[in-house]
Amino acid sequence: MSVPAELKYTESHEWVRLEADGSVTVGITQHAQELLGDMVFVQLPDVGRALAQREDCAVVESVKAASDIYAPLGGEVIAVNSEVETSPEKINEDCYAAWLFKLKPANAGEVDGLLDAGGYQKLLDSEAH
Amino acid sequence: MLKTTPLNAAHRAMNAKMVDFGGWDMPLHYGSQLDEHHSVRRDAGMFDVSHMLTVDIHGENVRQFLRGLVANNVDKLTLPGKALYTCMLTPTGGIIDDLIIYFLSESWFRLVVNAGTADKDIDWITGQSRQLAPALTITPRRDLAMIAVQGPNARTKVWNVIPDSQAISENLKPFQSVMLGDYFIARTGYTGEDGFEITLPAGQAADFWQKLHAAGVAPAGLGARDTLRLEAGMNLYGQDMDETVNPLESGLAWTVDLKSERDFTGKQTLLETPVNRQLVGLVLLDKGVLRNHQKVITRQEGEAGEGEITSGGFSPTLNQSIALARIPAGIAAGEQVHVVVRDKQLAAKVVKYPFVRNGQALV
Repeated sequence: MSVPAELKYTESHEWVRLEADGSVTVGITQHAQELLGDMVFVQLPDVGRALAQREDCAVVESVKAASDIYAPLGGEVIAVNSEVETSPEKINEDCYAAWLFKLKPANAGEVDGLLDAGGYQKLLDSEAH
Repeated sequence: MLKTTPLNAAHRAMNAKMVDFGGWDMPLHYGSQLDEHHSVRRDAGMFDVSHMLTVDIHGENVRQFLRGLVANNVDKLTLPGKALYTCMLTPTGGIIDDLIIYFLSESWFRLVVNAGTADKDIDWITGQSRQLAPALTITPRRDLAMIAVQGPNARTKVWNVIPDSQAISENLKPFQSVMLGDYFIARTGYTGEDGFEITLPAGQAADFWQKLHAAGVAPAGLGARDTLRLEAGMNLYGQDMDETVNPLESGLAWTVDLKSERDFTGKQTLLETPVNRQLVGLVLLDKGVLRNHQKVITRQEGEAGEGEITSGGFSPTLNQSIALARIPAGIAAGEQVHVVVRDKQLAAKVVKYPFVRNGQALV
């Protein structure tokens, strides 16, 4: 299972990349992608929307099920990846390239509460048992 | 402890994602449900359906027993090998199960029932038999496996695998079957495509599965089976129907014979009960995916005007979301309804189903 070392993670299986400009990019992990299977629909938040941490703000739907996406951090949505809305299968092809949205964090300190790759791997190991 | 079919090891060797399906350890997909779906629509795919149960009924005058047991009329079965799709009803018209009955001889009929209802079905059938036809022998055949090979090229690929099968099976019409040694070959299925459902001794199933695979038949899981049957407009027991609804409000009036003099369990209630609901197809006009149990709002007012999606999902062939829904009678094909999806009401069109048949979109 692919868990890139440079990313941060949530317990609800989103990945978070800290960008040089202080923004964060959010997507879903390989584990989530594999569990859901073939993606057929993605609904993303409006740019400009202010999100609270853990607010459900997007939906990804596979042939199998719908899954809510939660904001890993509070902040304003500054960009969405409309390419995954028109081609949801991009998430299956490469879930770390097919990002969903970018946030400008309201409170950078919230980043410290995210899991690092080692912590997320432990979570996956425990869920597998 | 999950129940397993004779193909369990074969699924695992093919890297299937296994799931608990009503107590059975079954393959959901082997990598991509969408690819498996398209393989069946465009070429040939195979499904392990050994969790379903074959039940043989032997004895004198099986036909008379079945006349009373099921809602469709077994007197339509005149040629040996011919099959009939029917519901088996409670005395109040609820659907105990939907099944296929094969007429093999006047002293041997074969039933194929759903996995999740198999125990209940056997109890019901043996109970009815004890009262009405105690001399009949009812034999559940867990010694058999069943593989459905479906798709435009399915029959040809089967012929390449089973020696001498082409001559004996190429003239079978839909819903006809034939015995060839250990193989019971029926031109039936649950996908809306041509193909066979093949019943064979459990011990031979893995070898047959491998030979089909070598002949270019793609393994397909329960995920693809569900999207294929939904596109084909075929009911799924436990979702589109159960004991709380009758066949007339489940899109299955065509399987109920109310015209002949024959009496059958549930008939009286069906004759006396007004049909206030109907099963229809929905095609989603807005973006999104319809799912089971979402509420449907029609132009008829109040709660009585509401309905519910019984099977919703994404149609890989149509590349949009479709559903079967139970809604009030009187809403016609072509009308627009709304479906409550999370916090939104999405527009959907009522259509006649099937949505897809033999690879072609019909809506």
